Amino acid sequence: MSKMKVGVLYSRVRAEEKLLFEEFDRRGVDLELIDDNTLIFDITAQGDGRRFRDFDVIVERCISHGRALYSLRILNDQGVKTVNTALVADNCGNKLQTTSALTAAGVPQPRCLIAYTQESALEAIEMLGYPVVLKPAVGSWGRLLSKINDREAAEAILEHKEVLGSYHHSIFYIQEYIHKPLRDIRAFVVGDETIAAIYRTSEHWITNTARGGKASNCPVTPELNDLCVRAAKAVGGGVVAIDVFEDPERGLLVNEVNYTMEFRNSIAPTGVNIPARVVDFCLRVAREGWAAANGWRNGGPEAKPVSLTSGVSA
Amino acid sequence: MALKTASGTAECPECFAEIEVKNVMENEIVQCPECGIDLEVVNIDPIELAPAPEEEEDWGE
Repeated sequence: MSKMKVGVLYSRVRAEEKLLFEEFDRRGVDLELIDDNTLIFDITAQGDGRRFRDFDVIVERCISHGRALYSLRILNDQGVKTVNTALVADNCGNKLQTTSALTAAGVPQPRCLIAYTQESALEAIEMLGYPVVLKPAVGSWGRLLSKINDREAAEAILEHKEVLGSYHHSIFYIQEYIHKPLRDIRAFVVGDETIAAIYRTSEHWITNTARGGKASNCPVTPELNDLCVRAAKAVGGGVVAIDVFEDPERGLLVNEVNYTMEFRNSIAPTGVNIPARVVDFCLRVAREGWAAANGWRNGGPEAKPVSLTSGVSA
Repeated sequence: MALKTASGTAECPECFAEIEVKNVMENEIVQCPECGIDLEVVNIDPIELAPAPEEEEDWGE
């Protein structure tokens, strides 16, 4: 029996990629590292011309959302199994699409309004009441998040974004500010299980560990597991990291879902071998397909992509 | 495939400190312990370091 052939599409080797490479290496698979800086896709190739057709699975670890999304789309359209899928990347790489997908699945979230002009955005902000959080639809690591405390700040930030930003900064994503207890929760979902979670504690309202938030273990309660698995399924399943707020009155609310998750700071506090669990999932996708690896008996949720067309789930 | 790694020393292109690295791969990100800059391992035989690219708007998780 021939070895399973696994590709990892990457931009640079950070702690997460190295841990995954080492884990795949330990499993004895035929591992090929695919550098997206030198990659050329023959997007019109048919049959034998498709360079990646022999891979049992390709794992996406690009640092750029654009590269990840388009690579996954091409690979899935060519029939290559990937982790995650283009559908998951599409849903998670854009906060507007994530929120819409979670809403469709009935997953509780902070209230969020979308507007397209300075005037309507200001009206939306005042509908929510101050403070609010303005976020770029595409972005990560806490970049360009604005907590807006009053009308004057709102007017200034909206004008700056519309004048100085590219067009997608005028798609105003306005989220209710949640008065969380100096922390939020980062939960790691693999398939149909929340395998681990951490608290991210910070004096600052932005709690990302990339911005200095401190990680400590968070027990995975049945309630947290259920919420996170539902959120993961709503965006298309796979390996995702879910950011959860603890609202004093409404309980757990899903803030964001990340599809190329970073976990270097979460292995020690949780005691969970996260890369091993991710590799287990990838190999199961290779052997049994996406739906089975996610534990879906009926083929999974109906896809509702926005910027990409349907039919991309491997 | 066996992962190709190397250990040794290289110069930080920013502050010229001599940096010791262990079991690094090509494209791996390391931090200069002297000046704190993120560096990319651009070659492992011999080990060469270059400043890691600046963060772009769609980078992240």
